[in-house]
Amino acid sequence: MRIPARPTGTTGEGRFELSDVGVSFGGVVALSEVSLEVAPRQVLGVIGPNGAGKTTLFNVACGFVTPDRGTIRWRGVTLRRLRPHQLAGLGIARTLQAMGLFDRMSVLDNVMVGADRHAATGFGSALLALPRSARDERRLRDRAMAVLDELGAASYAGRLPPSLPYAMRKRVSLARALVSNPDLLLLDEPASGLSQGEMAEFGSVLRGLTERMAVLLVEHHMDLVLSVCDEIAVLDFGRLIARGAPDDVRSDPAVLAAYLGVEVREGAASPGGREDNSARSA
Amino acid sequence: MQQLLNTLLTGLTLGMVYAAFALALVLIWRSTRIINFAQAPMAMITTYVALTVIDADYSYWVGFTAALLSGLVLGAAIERLVIRPVEGKPHINAVILTLGLFIVIHAVAALLFGSRYRSFPAPFGVRGFQVGEVNVALTGFGIFTIGSVVVVMLLLVALFRGTDLGLMMRAAAFNQEVARLLGVRVGRMFTLGWALAALVGSLSGLLIAGGSLVHPSYMDSAVVFGFVAAVLGGLDSPVGAVVGGLVLGVSLSFVSGYVGSELVALAALGILMVVLLLRPGGLFSHATPRRV
Repeated sequence: MRIPARPTGTTGEGRFELSDVGVSFGGVVALSEVSLEVAPRQVLGVIGPNGAGKTTLFNVACGFVTPDRGTIRWRGVTLRRLRPHQLAGLGIARTLQAMGLFDRMSVLDNVMVGADRHAATGFGSALLALPRSARDERRLRDRAMAVLDELGAASYAGRLPPSLPYAMRKRVSLARALVSNPDLLLLDEPASGLSQGEMAEFGSVLRGLTERMAVLLVEHHMDLVLSVCDEIAVLDFGRLIARGAPDDVRSDPAVLAAYLGVEVREGAASPGGREDNSARSA
Repeated sequence: MQQLLNTLLTGLTLGMVYAAFALALVLIWRSTRIINFAQAPMAMITTYVALTVIDADYSYWVGFTAALLSGLVLGAAIERLVIRPVEGKPHINAVILTLGLFIVIHAVAALLFGSRYRSFPAPFGVRGFQVGEVNVALTGFGIFTIGSVVVVMLLLVALFRGTDLGLMMRAAAFNQEVARLLGVRVGRMFTLGWALAALVGSLSGLLIAGGSLVHPSYMDSAVVFGFVAAVLGGLDSPVGAVVGGLVLGVSLSFVSGYVGSELVALAALGILMVVLLLRPGGLFSHATPRRV
């Protein structure tokens, strides 16, 4: 399958675009000439064998890694020297594979940190504990509780994250990203460690989000990727080798070769099952 | 009985000062993993600021406020100008910088204010109360010491537990990378943390100096006892710093009162060694899984 050209006639408004992005780490090419775009309310899945460059792509998207080449555009504006703390202000939220919950802060406090983008009062007001700062905090608390409630985690608000079941911690991590009401959500392997039932539940939550935001999803579980993504991009050795609708990607010979390590006749096998990607993911 | 009570009261007052100093160390440690060895001379120089203001015929309280504010500014300035440039480098770099600051601030204080001993006023009496025939070793200044440290601690608890700003500071301290992703201005939080720590350190400097003599090295022993108190409680725990300060203050007071004042420093070392042997993370440390 050919990699489709960027759709014509778009202004880039509301899109997240990576153009010809290249990243090297001391001579090792992690990403090379990767171009992707995520349209509003689209779920774009990024898959690839281990070492394909998925995490680097995510780190570029959120400012943890500055690309050697290429540009990042968001809503038609080129982002230069994007720094992680600017991400929330731009309407972009990211979850981490390891969740990164603050273990010694309550679930509610964890989520409230994510809501700070919507704080109406500034640093000075907070420092001086002005009344409007207290009002603002109550508003953020209500917002955080509403998101926890939406994800079915409100009853855990007062608990510390380590005391929660794993799947619930995943939800808290998602709540912390969602509470900033992002327009683009970057999800880094959100289903890792979940059972099939939990993953199906997570998939339905994810589908509900697409009414409000675009999602860039890096995930190993092909069942989830195939069921929730509008489009899938496939990376291999830092290069984009395929992109298209799930059904097209799963039968793409280049994708099959990347996952299985051999040339495969078109339609002879699918990369969809988890057993299929074991050759490179192990 | 009277000696027991007075030893206990003296220890509590002393412990509160150690607690304040330990709290200043903990505030910086938990956010940046740096032991700020310059905390003592920073507090010393702000006490000299207070003394200069008081010598210019302003009241004690104007000097007191000036010292706390100058501590706030000094802490923020040191974080931005000295510590920030080595952020992301090994922590030992910053620790060595604080040792360098220790020397530099001493030298600057000696140049600006001289090396001679100067008396520092106390806003309240420094003589114990008389209850009937009994002399109680709790002074007006001692009550002020305990009260002011308690007030500062309550304010810090209110800041960290009850405000959005405190939430951001805690998030930055627990995990910088995640906090940044969530939009927290981590650098700004660290500046504020250093400023608050320096303010609390300045308070301890003023409390140690009250009714006593000051000179450029008068806070040097405080850094030893404050550090012991912080380690005793657990360097990550503000509550531990307070409890550690009180335990150390009372323990050293009993050593001084019942064994001999010359053994106080040795007793502090002994307490530190026992704690490090029995509970290396301190009394209020959180259990961490062993890496295998």
